[in-house]
This record gives sequence, C-alpha cells and structure tokens, in this order.
Amino acid sequence: MSRIARRFAALKQEGRGALIPYLEACDPDFQTSLDLLKAMPEAGADLIEIGMPFSDPSADGPVIQLAARRGLKAGATLPRLFEMVKSFREQDNDTPIILMGYLNPIEAYGIDRFCVDASAAGVDGLIIVDMPPEEAGPMQGPAKAAGLDIIRLIAPTTDDNRLKLVLNHASGFVYYVSITGITGTRSASDEDLRAALPRIRAATDLPIAIGFGIRTPEQAASASRIADGAVVASALLATLAKTLDPSEQATPSTLPSVLTQLRELAAAVRA
Amino acid sequence: MTDGVRANSLRNGPSASGHFGDGLGGRFVAETLMPLLLELDEAYKQAKADPAFHKELAFYLKDYVGRPSPLWFAKRLTEELGGAKIYMKREELNHTGSHKLNNVMGQILLARRMGRTRIVAETGAGQHGVATATVCALFGMKCVIYMGATDVERQMPNVFRMKLLGAEVVPVTAGAGTLKDAMNEAMRDWVANISDTYFLVGTVAGPHPYPAMVRDFQSVIGDEVKVQMQEAEGRLPDVIVAAIGGGSNAMGIFHPFLDDPSVKLIGVEAAGHGLDSGKTAASIERGSRGVLHGNRTYLLQDENGQITEAHSISAGLDYPGVGPEHSWLHEIGRAEYVGITDNEALEAFQTCTRTEGIIPALESAHAIAYAVKIAPTLSPETLLVINISGRGDKDIFTVAEHLGVKL
Repeated sequence: MSRIARRFAALKQEGRGALIPYLEACDPDFQTSLDLLKAMPEAGADLIEIGMPFSDPSADGPVIQLAARRGLKAGATLPRLFEMVKSFREQDNDTPIILMGYLNPIEAYGIDRFCVDASAAGVDGLIIVDMPPEEAGPMQGPAKAAGLDIIRLIAPTTDDNRLKLVLNHASGFVYYVSITGITGTRSASDEDLRAALPRIRAATDLPIAIGFGIRTPEQAASASRIADGAVVASALLATLAKTLDPSEQATPSTLPSVLTQLRELAAAVRA
Repeated sequence: MTDGVRANSLRNGPSASGHFGDGLGGRFVAETLMPLLLELDEAYKQAKADPAFHKELAFYLKDYVGRPSPLWFAKRLTEELGGAKIYMKREELNHTGSHKLNNVMGQILLARRMGRTRIVAETGAGQHGVATATVCALFGMKCVIYMGATDVERQMPNVFRMKLLGAEVVPVTAGAGTLKDAMNEAMRDWVANISDTYFLVGTVAGPHPYPAMVRDFQSVIGDEVKVQMQEAEGRLPDVIVAAIGGGSNAMGIFHPFLDDPSVKLIGVEAAGHGLDSGKTAASIERGSRGVLHGNRTYLLQDENGQITEAHSISAGLDYPGVGPEHSWLHEIGRAEYVGITDNEALEAFQTCTRTEGIIPALESAHAIAYAVKIAPTLSPETLLVINISGRGDKDIFTVAEHLGVKL
C-alpha cells in the first residue's frame, strides 16, 4: 500500500479528514522551506503538497504567483526540490509528499528521469495542473513504473461523461477544485461542496480532497468533513509573505507564524 | 476559409485532439477549462459547417473590415532593390489598421452564437486589443483587455483607443509586463468568469481549437493573395514573407499555399538585439519544444524549463512562444524561419515609408527587412509578397525615440 493510501486509511480509522498544507519550494529560500516542510507534520499536516515553482503559473492567483517568483529567485530547481524531499524523508517516512506544478519544467528535466528521481527522493504523488487526462499519456507509464500516483483534478465544470475519463487513470486521491477560478481567490460555500461531492463519490472509491479557496480553520474543518481532506495553500503562503523583510528574506517570525496558523487549521480539522 | 479535406495535404491539421505533427499543439490547460475548450471546439465546428455563419462573416469582412485588401505592386521598392518583383499585401488598410480584425470578427460572431456577453483578450502591441474593443463596441459587448504594464507604457495611443472604444484595459505587472504575462492574466480571468465570458485569443497559439480557428479566420489573407496574384501575374507567387510573433498574420497568408510546393514561405522572427544576444524573441530559431499557454510549441526557456523573457523593439513580436503550426512547419521544413534585428527593422521601416509612402507597423517592418535582404539576390521574374500586417502610426513614438527625435 502506498503512503497516500495508508495515510487516508489511517485517518478513516480516526474518523476524520486530512489536512493538506502547501508550501512552495525555496520560498523564500531553500533552508526556510526545508525547515517548514520538516516542521509541518508535527504542526498537524497529514499530507504535504510542495509547489514546483514555474515562471508562468497561469492557474494560480497572485499569492502563489509571488511565492513561485520568490522560489525561483532563491534558485528553486527540481534537483533542489528532490534534495528537500530526501532530507525530509530522513526524519519522516510516513507523511505523503505530493508535488504540484506545471508540465514544462518536468518535460525540460525529462519525464522518465523526473519520475525516477522524484520517487527515489521519497515523493508519492504528482498534481500537474496543465496536464489534463487527454495529454497525460507520456507521463502515465513512467509515473506508474516509479510508483507515483497521478492525482487527478476535478472541477465544477467537469460533467459526468468527463468524470469517467478523468477518473480512468486516477490513483492516490482525487483533488476537487471547488471553484471555477484561480487559487486563493474566492471560496465555495458548504452547500456548494455538499452538492458537488455525491456525484464524485459515486464515480470513484478514491479519497477526495478539496482545494482552492480554503483559508480559515472553519472552512478547513468543514471541507475535511464533507470530503476526505482539505488543501490549504494561498492562506499559508500569504502568512509567510507577510513575515518577510522588505528584501523578501525570512525573518525570525516566518516559521512560527506559518506553523501557528497550521496548528489552528489542524485543531479545527481534528475537533 | 479552408478547402475540403484532401489526402496528403498539409492543410488538414490539426488532429481532432488539436495536435500538429509529433505532439505539437494540444490542450494543456487546467481541468476547469477543458470542458469549455471542448464546448468551443464543438461550437466552432458547427459554425464552420453553417453557411449562415460564413455569410454573416463575409458581410462584416466586406462592409466593416473593408476586405478584400489590395495586393500592391511596390514598384519603387522593387527598383531600389533591383531584384525580385515585390508585392505588398495591404492588411494595414483593414479597419483598425491591421490583420487582427479578420480573426476578431470571426470569433466575436462565434461568441455571439454561443451566447457569451463578456469578452476578455490579451494584447501585446495593442492591435489585437483595439480590434477586440472595436467589435465589442460594434456589438455592444463588455470588453476587458489584459496588457502588460511595459506594453501599456510603449503603446499609449492604442491604450487610449481601447478606452475610447469602451474597453477596460488592465495593466499586468507580473513578469516583465509583456504579452506572455497578459496571456496568463487573460486565462485567469476566463477561468474565473466562465459563465458569461468568451476568451478571444489574438494569435495562432493557445490550446486547441484556438490555433486552428485563428488560422482559419486569418486564411482570408492568403486566399485573396492567391486570386489577386493570379489576376496580376497569371500565376502563383514564388516567395511569401511575413513577420512572426505568435504567428497569425503569417499563418493566414501561408496556409492557403501549404500545398503549393513552388511557393517558398518565410517567417521572420524578431531577433531583437541579435539571435545570439540573449535579447531576442526568436522562439523557433533559439527556442526548444515546451508547454506554455495551453500548447506544446517552440519556446524561449532556460535549462530548467522556466520561460525566459523575450525581447523585441516591436511589442507585437515580444513573445517567447510561437503558434504550434509554425513549429510543425519548421520541423517538416515546409516553411523557413529567419531572424531580423531591431535595427534592421527600423531601417526597413524607413525604407518602406520613403519608397512606397506606406508607414508599416514595426512588426511588418521585420518582414520588409528580410525581403530587402533577399530581393537583390533574386531574379526580376521572382514574385515576392510581403505581408504588411499593420500600419505604423502606433509606432512613431518608438521609432522617433530610436532615431533620437523628440516629438
């Protein structure tokens, strides 16, 4: 059983959903993002998404755009990112790590090599925002061979026919993009989410995580109950950004601020 | 528009999934947009098969855009260069001053058929933005134009035009504030406003069906050239030269000639300070395959797959990618792609103005510059067509600055 499957199974036993925080690699620098990654499980992260910075994140809102820019400025590359995950795995062999990003840097690195190296570093799953199932062919074989789950995205616009196609090669869990929009902007209401979930549930046995627009502990708690997990990204990155000095470097309050917020989210999810 | 499907034709692309050749093109977008692209694809297919749509489009192209545009024999330029016989396809005479309106007119009619009421578009030099704002005014639709902040600065006249036409112009400060950043922002707007909004892409790039659809709407340029050259010379042209940013004016004039192997097709990219200067927009000549803005094509990128900033004196060519069909034509060798520097374009801008009394857009000046280079090496029987994709009124401030003239 994969780390992702084990973790969701264990949470099911506990009777609660997952809290899935997001951080951007090398934001604002390699060491700070590594320290943050290492501190996240203790602060309540059940799975962790790491953003792979891309110069043109066209599905992301301003908060993640800026985080990606800081990461790139600090020298984020895929090898650096694998280094982070390797270092994390030395202390934590249970918390699933999911890489989220865009296809071009992966293709530039080489799809086969990427899957092999990501898996060797201890990565469990991939969310590639601009790779719909129609274009996922070249990635499927290498990812499967390396034991990486390709996490599929489902949007409110995904109709029933497409749902089948999207879920056809899905593994790990399913990521429900709860709004039609970019990351970190508006939020879906509980009613919207309650209305959307049964349709997806009926189409898959995989756990479902909800992302886009989850900012507060209340929203995280509610989403993690309606589905099987809640992804919080922009809200944490916005907190991180606020602690940086004028030259966008980390300050002594950077880690504590983000981790405090993460603990509040975790407490709500576990309440 | 396009001819009927024919076996072994180079004009049949893309595949149903939007691919050209070996994996170029395609639909690389977030899941939220996929159903919309499929809907658009379907709507376009239906429109394309509907004579009423073509009739409506033909009406607007004739009486509003002002088509057909003339094919002008550039006698003085031909004499000055002493070689090939040079013709100019006068797309700068279209309403709004460029080829952009051909595509915009087609897409706005499609958007209306689809019941959309709000239009978003990206723009570089502002020509596509002006064309879009124009048809939105014509049809009473809401219009939001995303434009890089740098481009807003260097294309003030077009910004003012768009505002006069009732459009909201949103300056984009991300990245270098040019066309690629405007494209990102327009895509973000679309995904957030899908219920009423139509994304009106200005070039032959983006996710399928945009590259094919924009090409079809621009192919009126090449279709006319074919007829006009037949009338003027009784045969096909030998060489066609067109400037390439995203590549819509070039694709429009090339496409009807793809199956005529005697016609040499040359796409002129903006070399900026020089192809090897690091400050260039020559995606085909100095780029490599990659995925950006919904399609796989040639891109300017670093070894980590991060997109690098393009540079060109011409805001309309300042884009680190190119339409996927051009990438394919490059890979199969059907079209040739070359580079012209900022300075060469400035020189040609003046040459054309002086000899023909036509002030070309800086974009088109790149095509003219390459024609100026090769014309003297060609025989007087060679028929060379330059696509004058736009007029240069919008560029006089940039040109004056480079010539050290204060306006």
